[in-house]
Amino acid sequence: MSGKMLMKGNIAIAEGAIDAGCRFYAGYPITPQNEIPEYMSKRMPEAGGVFMQAESELISINLVFGASVAGARSMTTSSSPGMSLMQEGISYMAGCELPGVIVNVMRGGPGLGNIAPSQSDYFQAVKPGHGDFRMITLAPSNIQEMYDFTFEAFDLADKYRNPVMILTDGLLGQMMETIELSRGRKPLNPRPASEWALTGAKGREPRKILSLLMKPGALEQHNYDLWKKYDEIKKSELRYEFNEKEKDYDCLIVAFGSVARTSKGVIAEGKDIKAALFRPVTLWPFPYAELREAAKKAKKVFVFEMNMGQMVEDVRLAVQDDSKVEFYGRPGGGLPSQEELLSFLRKKVK
Amino acid sequence: MKKGKVRILAERCKGCNLCILECKKGELKQGKTVNKQGYSVVEFVNNGKCNGCTLCAIVCPDAAIEVILEAEE
Amino acid sequence: MEKLIYGMPESLKNVSTTYCPGCSHSTVHKLIAEVIDELKVREKTIGVAPVGCAVFAYDFWNFDVTEAAHGRNQAVSAAIKRVLPDNVVFSYQGDGDLASIGMAETIHTANRGENITVIFINNTNYGMTGGQMAPTSLLGQVTTTSPKGRDAQHYGYPIKMLELLAPLEGVKYLERVKVTNAASVIKAKKAIKKAFENQINNTGFSMIEVLGSCPANWKKEPAEANRWVDEKMAEFYPLGVIKDAR
Repeated sequence: MSGKMLMKGNIAIAEGAIDAGCRFYAGYPITPQNEIPEYMSKRMPEAGGVFMQAESELISINLVFGASVAGARSMTTSSSPGMSLMQEGISYMAGCELPGVIVNVMRGGPGLGNIAPSQSDYFQAVKPGHGDFRMITLAPSNIQEMYDFTFEAFDLADKYRNPVMILTDGLLGQMMETIELSRGRKPLNPRPASEWALTGAKGREPRKILSLLMKPGALEQHNYDLWKKYDEIKKSELRYEFNEKEKDYDCLIVAFGSVARTSKGVIAEGKDIKAALFRPVTLWPFPYAELREAAKKAKKVFVFEMNMGQMVEDVRLAVQDDSKVEFYGRPGGGLPSQEELLSFLRKKVK
Repeated sequence: MKKGKVRILAERCKGCNLCILECKKGELKQGKTVNKQGYSVVEFVNNGKCNGCTLCAIVCPDAAIEVILEAEE
Repeated sequence: MEKLIYGMPESLKNVSTTYCPGCSHSTVHKLIAEVIDELKVREKTIGVAPVGCAVFAYDFWNFDVTEAAHGRNQAVSAAIKRVLPDNVVFSYQGDGDLASIGMAETIHTANRGENITVIFINNTNYGMTGGQMAPTSLLGQVTTTSPKGRDAQHYGYPIKMLELLAPLEGVKYLERVKVTNAASVIKAKKAIKKAFENQINNTGFSMIEVLGSCPANWKKEPAEANRWVDEKMAEFYPLGVIKDAR
């Protein structure tokens, strides 16, 4: 498949992975991401890779852990409740410095919640698992980005030998759009697995991949080393969308993922209010400095989310002026409409 | 009769004495010396009865016993 | 002219292990190393260490080893084997890792018939954490979490893992052994070797359960601990081949 295609978000994720050289996928059924394991069960063997349906999300993430130990580019996908089960495995991957791509197609929570779109796993993604570790968290807001970000996640994971998360939601997962499949683009493969994976100690000393460090001070030092990586990521992998830099705007809307799409509609419809959109694309690392800069020109900063207020905390940290920041969010699978966001905006701007 | 002898890798021995139980010829006894980890190292009695049967080395949990066969008499 | 007829296997590093005197983990580490040497697969072997006393196994074996999260061992080894089918991959686990937190991973890896070798040390307690009760603790057994002795009403019954897995189609070979004296060590080594050979011959899932002694937590001298294995454990957990469907 190449060229322009009408494609569903979940399928675009699978295609992005295959094109990036992902040759191991493990998944478990959970709405709203079932299309991915279904599609991979056919597509992955075609691509000469391994598809495994796991018996729980605990097993999924640990299958990905094992495949990564063996040097394969590997991915798992799930949705909110399943992502909670994967937190342990993700922390082990970070501790062991293992690459891997993890996709969370978010749904309403807490608990079993519902199967409607949501953004209420933001905290869990940008402050993951146990221990001081982070992972690049990319938030697509259209189907092209669902494909591109998954494709790029594999190089990022290998480059830093760290898990990378694609944080999306049921809306983007189920939606279809025409996208350009860049078949020509080759993965960069920045740090080939042959340098570190366990493939059998033939012609080399045995290797060990572990995260237990009991010698006094060893784990502390390991954390400092991990954070050298994270500082490097902050410097070179930060992404955000802010096209109206030059335009003068009275208010700034900060939104990510599918809510960023709705916000573009709000700006277009609410011409009378001079508003601009600042869209974080990497939720970690978060664009604090760039947002602070953008907020200076604005009288008001509006944060729209599909949760009870999570990214807004990072926005407050960036803007450093609480009087300016207004939040509007709907949890539990509530979808904020363009109209309601625009009326909220109008009410606050008056 | 085969003639054997046993060499104890002192730093690997943990003084569990399971080899002493296994040796049918009484060629091993509890050691008086202590290794770096504080374990008492078992000792080869060497009273000429060892025939190199290797049972002591087989039961040793820590691969701390080497068995050497000497030339046939 | 002298001839060394028994010595350290190449697949075992020449370091003293962290195991207590007389602990069966040590013995089984040695047997695995000897088997891997004899099968000449050291350079193709990847071991997966559990969380528990054997968590440091990567410091003792002289081949590639990774460490899985507690209970997730067989998910990790199954994936490694799927990615590297020509390598020799084995799971090494204690009873807490395999039969408690890792029960689902164990049953499903076995049921999928993954072509791996599992070496399961059953010493009826959580050794590393100080001797708590495990799913394989015997009825009446006193542990730090069953101070009045395990009673079925509160703690349920000890689990016979091999008998539990035997009906699964994917499982090809199950044998239970012990390492309480030279004779049983020799038998145990044969079983372990068979389990590795099964994998090399693409036979499918093989598991060897070793009734292991834990002198420290059982508060018994090594020889006395071995007697407890012989008399008490082997009475409840029958030794021998439980399944051979090769």
